[in-house]
Amino acid sequence: MRKEWEGFVPGSWVDNIDVEEFIHLNYKPYDGDASFLAGATERTKECFARVQELLVQERKAGGTLKVDASRIMRINAFGPGYIVPGKDVIVGLQTDEPLKRGICPFGGIKMVREEVAEFGEKLPEEIDRMFDYITTHNDGVFKAYSKEMKQVRHLGFITGLPDAYGRGRIIGDYRRAALYGIDHLIEEKEKDHEMIASRAIMSEENIRTAEEVHNQIKSLKEIKKMAESYGYDISGPAKDVKEAIQWTYFAYLAGIKEENGAAMSIGRTSTFIDIYAERDLERGVYTEEQIQEFIDDYILKLRVARHLRTNEYNELFGGDPMWITEGIGGVGVDGRHKVTKNSFRVLQTLYNLGPAPEPNLTVLWSKQLPEPFKKFCAQVSIDTDSVQYENDDKMRPTYGEDYSIACCVSAIQMGQQIQFFGARCNLAKILLLGLNGGIDERTGEHVGPQMEQIGDGPIDFDDAWKRFNIYLEWLCGLYVNIMNIIHFMHDKYDFESSQMAFLNSELKRLMAFGVAGFSVAADSLSAIKYAKVYPIRDENGVIVDFRTEGEFPKYGNDDDRVDEIAVKISERTIEELRKHPTYRNAVHTLSVLTITSNVMYGKKTGNTPDGRRAGTPFAPGANPMHERDSHGAIASLNSVSKIDWDTCQDGVSNTFSITPEALGKERDDQINTLVGLLGGYFDRGAHHLNVNVLNRSLLEDAYENPEKYPNLTVRVSGYAVRFNALSKNHQKEVIARTFHSHV
Amino acid sequence: MYKKKGRLHSIETFGAVDGPGIRTVFFMQGCPARCLYCHNPDSWGNDGGRDIDIAEVVHWAERGKPYYGDKGGVTFSGGEPLLQGEFLIEAINALKEVGIGSAIDTSGTYVDQFTEEAVCASELILLDIKHPISERFEIITGRKQDTLFELIDIINRNGKHVWIRNVVVPDINDTKEDIKALNEFIKRVRYIDKVELLGYHTMAVDKYGKLGITYRLKGVPPMDGQKLNDLKKLVTTSSTTDAVSQVVIG
Repeated sequence: MRKEWEGFVPGSWVDNIDVEEFIHLNYKPYDGDASFLAGATERTKECFARVQELLVQERKAGGTLKVDASRIMRINAFGPGYIVPGKDVIVGLQTDEPLKRGICPFGGIKMVREEVAEFGEKLPEEIDRMFDYITTHNDGVFKAYSKEMKQVRHLGFITGLPDAYGRGRIIGDYRRAALYGIDHLIEEKEKDHEMIASRAIMSEENIRTAEEVHNQIKSLKEIKKMAESYGYDISGPAKDVKEAIQWTYFAYLAGIKEENGAAMSIGRTSTFIDIYAERDLERGVYTEEQIQEFIDDYILKLRVARHLRTNEYNELFGGDPMWITEGIGGVGVDGRHKVTKNSFRVLQTLYNLGPAPEPNLTVLWSKQLPEPFKKFCAQVSIDTDSVQYENDDKMRPTYGEDYSIACCVSAIQMGQQIQFFGARCNLAKILLLGLNGGIDERTGEHVGPQMEQIGDGPIDFDDAWKRFNIYLEWLCGLYVNIMNIIHFMHDKYDFESSQMAFLNSELKRLMAFGVAGFSVAADSLSAIKYAKVYPIRDENGVIVDFRTEGEFPKYGNDDDRVDEIAVKISERTIEELRKHPTYRNAVHTLSVLTITSNVMYGKKTGNTPDGRRAGTPFAPGANPMHERDSHGAIASLNSVSKIDWDTCQDGVSNTFSITPEALGKERDDQINTLVGLLGGYFDRGAHHLNVNVLNRSLLEDAYENPEKYPNLTVRVSGYAVRFNALSKNHQKEVIARTFHSHV
Repeated sequence: MYKKKGRLHSIETFGAVDGPGIRTVFFMQGCPARCLYCHNPDSWGNDGGRDIDIAEVVHWAERGKPYYGDKGGVTFSGGEPLLQGEFLIEAINALKEVGIGSAIDTSGTYVDQFTEEAVCASELILLDIKHPISERFEIITGRKQDTLFELIDIINRNGKHVWIRNVVVPDINDTKEDIKALNEFIKRVRYIDKVELLGYHTMAVDKYGKLGITYRLKGVPPMDGQKLNDLKKLVTTSSTTDAVSQVVIG
């Protein structure tokens, strides 16, 4: 055993890279309450105050404080940077200044040119000219796209494809850096390389993997160098909690220096770090206050991470998110919960440093979590609106006890699995296209299989359902092929070496598809089935509107008649996707999650049979349509809980807003009620819940008077944002959502 | 099978302020009282609302069951639920059979031959004391106070626990004397688990406009939070219940 590991329970993790087993053998479940927690130290307050100042400047500057386009973001492109020089206890920034953004052109030079131009700067000529000779991921994808692929993209049938920038959603197991040190990881990678490159048949897959592993080794060496620039030698394992945080953070930092992927989760670090914290507390190396200070500084570093984005990107994914998702809690396969003191400490940062959207703190909820922790989570939700919840009891049987959340809500096994992510297809538009027999309702363009339009009505449900399925089948086939191209090209031209370096060399892969307009499609089909829907055509005969007579059940009221339609839609979609083979044999998964792109999808969709007007935003994720869930919070939650996670393993996202008064009259009541709501919802097998406890009037005031609410944080869809960082359109949509209240 | 049909105003699947824990609340249609500050005037008439049968009550309650925990359950509110005592008896008993307990949220303005059995079947009574003094009670509700005394007798006789509620309205019952009178009055109730003072609000005014009913408290401002807090401190109970009495601001 290495001396850094003294006091740890040994296992096969000593000889093989196995962080999961290390945690399993060494963590101490904590059953107590929050009373041990320490507040912010003077140092923490000083650094936090500096960040607050910078955030104000950033907002005043229109959302982006500084851009440095003078060099390409590589692990060592920038020298060290600090929040308050001499005061940072956990060190490392993406560039040499907090909130300064660099350029990551290998995903797509075109986007970088736009980003830089929008900020009023120019790309240096030598960088610009380099890309006359370098193929980016974006170039590669568009070389391979068919005309039809481009057409469904521009008409808005599929939106949000990561074909112009980094794909993200890769989570390195950054804890490996802390547990083993970089040198050991390099040795292991060298062995892997030799093993793969020496195989009897050098297939395309083996050649590709050998090259990838080579690049990972190069990155590991660069990461060591980066740490050296901050005065740290990370070639060996971390010896205490401070180093464990620092090593883990360096490993993560390399990834966000090089890659501007849409979502850059950090993984599941808190319980891992707790093992070191407990050892140090026992040995008297550090006090509780010091450990909290390290955690506070670690979290503060994550809060100042930034990527340069275009305005167009922000319109789709509002609020400048990075999705630095951290999974907290959960249960082990032996039934012991994985809540540790550090689970509390990470949540405590929302008090010590105030509410904030990042990192995206995600509680992995289980029946078996200790009651005091459940209550603390509920309390934090009520106070900060900064936490989301996911059902560990649902995910654990499939992903084991050491999974993390990629992006917003999607589980992946740490260290051995990655996710190929991409976009959502627009279910509402698929229905409209079916009724129109292959004519896009907004442009009149012909797309997809061509057939007779539906008659004058009332529309027959079976006919509408058949048409919906014909076009779903067509679009899903196209969607899989588009994703195959995107991830082929990303692996080829923008491979995330520094993140992959912390993963097994030979990985299992998921391919994560998505849907948008879920509730609109369900309600529209319900209108066709239970009311009378008559198409209205324009002068060219294109169906552009509907006359709907009579009442129909709406998704979000625990009414099985329509909820069954919603369930069926999700099942049909994954069935269709699974028919098509994927790049690198990835396993198909599906999400009902929109980020804030529900606004954009709505914009690109005409009038729908449920009475929604053209251009109106969809509900986010799997949420019922705004204000249509009229039977109270539980009926709404119950409807969403029927969408089976087994068919949508990439996640079923529900964003829930409730007024404090509706939760109860006293704080204790409010906390207990929220614990009860979460417990009931997840008991029913539901997957995800964003919790906001606030009044609509607060958001309306923040809409009018942004300067009054610099730190107002709200959960929007699988992630949280500073309300002020959203566009006015996104703000309006959030305000229009259902607020479960008590009259 | 169940015979009875009830008349329903609406269902709230998530109630966290109408009894302990998380509850499914059935707002029953019809009320004999015409309280000045009623926030559900659309629940007054017996002809409004829609029919509901016992099976539907059980259906909705069972959908809420995973959320109830140890304390939660169903609350029948209104309107005045005791106006439909016969239905209530059958509904509460049917819920009992599936392991769900019920509370009755009543204004104390109506008692009939079914009341005792309904009270007896329930686990908890939320008793809204419109006013302790009979003349004022009549002004507020338009009903005689006799039924309230009768109901309290029934509740005490059956050993039922009670949450006392009292809506505090500026210039109507917001003085120290009003609270003293309330303290005195609720001594009649044997088992009090909680006393809630609820502040008058004006959120229902629009409803009156839409229904074409004159709003009689026009110009009365919402109850001041601080003042309500002060009044709360004056509440006392000499209840024999084991539970510690709590006083809550609504």
